[in-house]
Amino acid sequence: MMVWSATTFAWATLASFVLLLLALLFASVRLLQGPSLADRVVALDLVVVVLIALAALLAVRFEQSAFLDLAMVLALIAFLATAAFARYAERRGPLPSQEEGG
Amino acid sequence: MSALLVMTCLVLGAGFAAIAGLGLLRLPDVYLRMHASTKAGTLGAGLILLGVALHFGTLEIAVRALVVAFFLLLTAPIAAHLIGRAAYRMGTPLWTGSVIDEVRGQAAPVQATPARSPTPPVDGPNPTKRGDPSP
Repeated sequence: MMVWSATTFAWATLASFVLLLLALLFASVRLLQGPSLADRVVALDLVVVVLIALAALLAVRFEQSAFLDLAMVLALIAFLATAAFARYAERRGPLPSQEEGG
Repeated sequence: MSALLVMTCLVLGAGFAAIAGLGLLRLPDVYLRMHASTKAGTLGAGLILLGVALHFGTLEIAVRALVVAFFLLLTAPIAAHLIGRAAYRMGTPLWTGSVIDEVRGQAAPVQATPARSPTPPVDGPNPTKRGDPSP
């Protein structure tokens, strides 16, 4: 029972932080270099999902349940932003520069 | 035992999120990247939120964490569908290794001529003919 001490727990949360930051890094690279607008929207969506996970992890790490409110607001905003981006992109239509990265 | 469960959820969820980021970076196509980010990303965030709900034992916090996870599960397919449809209608090219495109010629393009499909849609309103007087 006491094998899983506070040190082990701290290491587990640290590993989770590192993995989430890795995901954030990958998504940011795709956000910067994504060849099309849809790539960037997908990357932004994943960035916000990772931020939600990061907020939840901060709630565990600092024993502060208030971070969950941040996660909830981010979840709401993420869906609205994605839907708005999709509507905007669909209405704008195809661009001639779409294929070579616009 | 509870701490072990919480640690498993946290590390597993973060691992799934990292896999989602890796798939977003490495897959060759918008549609395949969407597959990685939507499913693996949502599973990762949901597992971490489940870990939060288990970590704080109280009902109030657990309900809040699970509501966020439920909302993610509810909105991720809708968002992915919206982005996918917008990407297809914008004419984002498919990967050259794709073997099937089931909506080719069916999805109404936003503007007159889709650059990708050689055959125009047979049915449905054609935006170019809207202003034409009848012959």
